[in-house]
Amino acid sequence: MSAATAQSCLAANEWICGEYLRSRSEELTEATVDHVVITATSIGIAVLIAFPLALLARRWRLASAGILSATTVLYTIPTLAMYALLLPMFGISVSLVICGLVLYSLTILVRNILTGLDSVPTEAREAAIGLGYGRTRLLFAVELPLALPALMAGLRIATVSAVSLTTVGAIVDNGGLGNLIYAAMDSYFKAQVLTASVLCVLLAVTADLLLLGLQRLLTPWTRAAGGGRRRVRRAAGAEGRDAVLDNRATA
Amino acid sequence: MDAIIDAWAWLTTADHWSGTGGVWQRLSEHLELTGLCLLLSAAIALPLAFWLGHGGGRRFGGTLAINISNAGRAVPTFAVLVLLTISPVGEHGEAPTIIALVLFGVPPLLTNAYVGVAEADRDVVGAARGMGMSPLQLMFRVELPLAYPLVMTGLRTAAVQLVATASLAALAGGGGLGRIITAGFDTNNTPQVFAGAVLVAGLALLVEGALALLQRLADPRRRPRDARRTPDDERPAASPGRATTTPEMETT
Repeated sequence: MSAATAQSCLAANEWICGEYLRSRSEELTEATVDHVVITATSIGIAVLIAFPLALLARRWRLASAGILSATTVLYTIPTLAMYALLLPMFGISVSLVICGLVLYSLTILVRNILTGLDSVPTEAREAAIGLGYGRTRLLFAVELPLALPALMAGLRIATVSAVSLTTVGAIVDNGGLGNLIYAAMDSYFKAQVLTASVLCVLLAVTADLLLLGLQRLLTPWTRAAGGGRRRVRRAAGAEGRDAVLDNRATA
Repeated sequence: MDAIIDAWAWLTTADHWSGTGGVWQRLSEHLELTGLCLLLSAAIALPLAFWLGHGGGRRFGGTLAINISNAGRAVPTFAVLVLLTISPVGEHGEAPTIIALVLFGVPPLLTNAYVGVAEADRDVVGAARGMGMSPLQLMFRVELPLAYPLVMTGLRTAAVQLVATASLAALAGGGGLGRIITAGFDTNNTPQVFAGAVLVAGLALLVEGALALLQRLADPRRRPRDARRTPDDERPAASPGRATTTPEMETT
């Protein structure tokens, strides 16, 4: 009896269908894993490139203007056009989608790393230099930890965007869950389109929450300030100084 | 290299530009869709942003206005387009595209305009009220000019977003320049795919550039020069801090 009604929801092409989840679970898992792998690879590569770029942009004003405007131009290009522009270089492959996502993420990451580094209070920097910190130690022990909130904010935005933009990769058969959506469109297979879409949103939200948790773990001092956002903003100077003290204690 | 030469050859072939399905037709479809949906989005988002910015909806309203952009980012445009196309809405021609475009045009406008109004310098607004300005005067002569940079940022973000979304509509069977790209993919015609991509990317950059120029030319705070210099000097810490926190969150 229950099998018959479950079958009928597939046959009736309903939006929500338990039988679809059961019979296609393998296909769904595979697409989800693909989706995660594509997104994670892209973000990983983007972080590796964004760091040196941001440091370069900070060192030389000229490079800064160039890098910022180049990444802004890249960010303005619509996803479909971006993938299409990369087609002659990569052909129909997963590298095409990854390259496109890396280019998008770069914009967000470089900007946020720069904002984060700029927000480091001068007093903190000078205090560290006064204590005899070298340039590298200053960067890793003082500036980067203080830049973490802005940096993590960028990482979260980049990751959530990448999860959603991966779907467009369906046009070159490498869209993770997007493939399922694209394939189901022509046959009006409602259950598959809805399930894949919902999974995609869930992936984005999960990634965002995981990164938020990571940020909380990495920056305990931002919670210590307590209260609303306004108070934190007003007390930015004092908060910065506390953070440096915390750092010295742990470093 | 070959790809660029082939794409150039595709672009310089007159046949590809005229007639049904030609570049001109696709471009006008694209511009019509984008323009119409930008107007619709602004008509929905701006009044709502001003209402919420004045404390309408209490705390919840503000949270909603700020977070709607982030939520919008998590929802794949492509999925929404396909969902709308295969739903009953899909039976009404361009309706799925228009609805999807408005859905993705509203969040950047709403968030930016809301922040612009809610964070407008309370002292200035208070002073204007003290001078006896009516709520309407207050809105048009004080709050709007103060919120102007963020409202325009929202408009630019929304416009670029709409151009991008309209190109994706082709994947779900809609019109617009994206059609050239998808048709190229279907027929394994790489030069056409590349040429279409150049057109779509060019349009997006053009829209962004034109609106950036408009923003600078129409800035209400640009005209009186002396008036601009004094407030900047008098508010050393507060306003730059504010300016860097918000756009950095919204434009990216």
